[in-house]
Amino acid sequence: MDQLKRRNILNNVMLTLTGICTVLTSSVLFLVLGFLVYNGWRSLNWDFFTKLPLSAGETGGGMANAIVGSGILILIAAAIGIPVGFLGGIYLAEFGGKTFAMLVRYTADLLNGVPSIVIGIFAWTVIVVPMHHFSAWAGGFALSLMMIPIGLRATEQFLRSVPNSLREGSLALGASKTRTVMSVVVPAARQGILTGMILGVARIAGETAPLLFTSFNNQFWAAKLGEPSASLPVMIYTHAISPYEDWHRQAWAAGLVLLMLVLIANIASRWVLSRGASAQRG
Amino acid sequence: MATVAVTAPPESRPRKLVNFWRDGDQITHLVTLLFAASVLLVTVFLVYELWIHSGPSRAKFGFSFLTGRTWDPVAEKFGALPFIYGTVLTSFLALLISVPLGVGAAIFLSELAPPKLSNACTFLVELLAAVPSVILGLLSIFTLVPLMRLYVEPFFKRTFGFLPLFQGPAYGVGYLTAGIALATMTFPFVISISREALLAVPREQREAALALGATKWESTWQVVVPFARLGIIGSIFLALARALGETMAVTMVIGNDTGIHTSLLAPGYTIAAIIANEFTEATGDIYLSSLVELGLVLFALTMVLNAAAQLLIIATTRRGSRQD
Repeated sequence: MDQLKRRNILNNVMLTLTGICTVLTSSVLFLVLGFLVYNGWRSLNWDFFTKLPLSAGETGGGMANAIVGSGILILIAAAIGIPVGFLGGIYLAEFGGKTFAMLVRYTADLLNGVPSIVIGIFAWTVIVVPMHHFSAWAGGFALSLMMIPIGLRATEQFLRSVPNSLREGSLALGASKTRTVMSVVVPAARQGILTGMILGVARIAGETAPLLFTSFNNQFWAAKLGEPSASLPVMIYTHAISPYEDWHRQAWAAGLVLLMLVLIANIASRWVLSRGASAQRG
Repeated sequence: MATVAVTAPPESRPRKLVNFWRDGDQITHLVTLLFAASVLLVTVFLVYELWIHSGPSRAKFGFSFLTGRTWDPVAEKFGALPFIYGTVLTSFLALLISVPLGVGAAIFLSELAPPKLSNACTFLVELLAAVPSVILGLLSIFTLVPLMRLYVEPFFKRTFGFLPLFQGPAYGVGYLTAGIALATMTFPFVISISREALLAVPREQREAALALGATKWESTWQVVVPFARLGIIGSIFLALARALGETMAVTMVIGNDTGIHTSLLAPGYTIAAIIANEFTEATGDIYLSSLVELGLVLFALTMVLNAAAQLLIIATTRRGSRQD
């Protein structure tokens, strides 16, 4: 009887502990959000979106160039990453042989696991070194490398979940394989693929490490893509480690803006996916 | 039936069309193949570039690069040991915090929580994984560092000050702070993958244990968790790989000190952090290529871990499906 009591107590204690673990881990996101909203909201004003950063120590100014710069870097990255991920994914799901497709799949996972700072070194060696200066091109290229594996695996995964009867139906009607893939299989998987691409963009939007020595930073507007470019994540970093009170304020504001963008993209993509899933079931 | 009026098109047109599409298939095949191959090529090229650009450093220092303790850009003497030490130590601290927390939460979410609550909590945790590391770094600088300096580190010094692990001044920045910041980025991986592995355990296993008179905890800890252990270990490896390569949050709170310290409260450096801090300022071939070689070391470390994690996760999912 005594032993049973002990076992029951252990049972309750351990199960309560797992509950506490859950509460702790689930609440971290709210902590992060709370601090950013509390500190960032006060600092967010119209100037933040429309003005250039002022030189160190001066009060005021904004991060207009970093917002636009981030947008441009993401566009460059998407322009490279989405086609490669999408078409490569089509190959893996629809055309791929066994060995080569497996090799590509494995490499994509490997690339996905490469630390972002190493990706930055790579982009530096292939673009910054030959060009002799930092540029938005190099930053966009580095980000695209982080996006490709996500797009590739998402495309493959969702194309594979399309039932074979659809393919067979289309082929039986006399459509070619290309036609089948483009007009039947891809549209059937479109929501999933779109979700994957949004998640890819959300992931690279906040990446800082690959940009430190590729697109670098810029206190002014970059006139060309071949020039160093400001971006929100790098701005947050440089402002946060600076000793100036007003720069800290701006870092919080930039953090809030970036976090909101990333969270909205993530939530939106989930929503698209769950809606797609229920539509398919219904 | 006889009135089916299919106006036959000129004999050659469908054939041409069929040929075109058949050729089109080959073109599509080729184009998609090229894009898939580009992923392979770019990755091989990445390794090649790292290897070539670290050449001068490899030639000058050889294997002593990995064991050298001095990092002196002025004398052009570079050793990676302080950074390897810092990387391994901070990652280990991160796992020490995130693994019990993560596995505990995964157990709750898979075994006790109703599905709706479980999914909601997993969603929150996975959103946390999406928060950019620079934002966690920002938060760490202004909230975690003062908290550590004023309360946590003095507490450790008072309580465990006799240990060499908790000596020296409380700066707020250092190995321990970096480890805590890293833990918040690694437990989402542990939770979401471990939970999947636990959910994949067949129900019969739990029922059999309960029928034999085990309590809920005994059935979970002695039957369900061992059954899913490969997946859980896989999630830990993945978390470790992420912790090793993590740059921004660590760079912001590690303290940037190129020495090797026993005390967890001391400032240090990690591989990723020194690359982030010094790469743009590095002058001279040897300096730069030493930093690239650090990148190569980091790359090799994470690759091995990722491969191991993948194998473990594949092994569990296979076994799980066979048992079903």
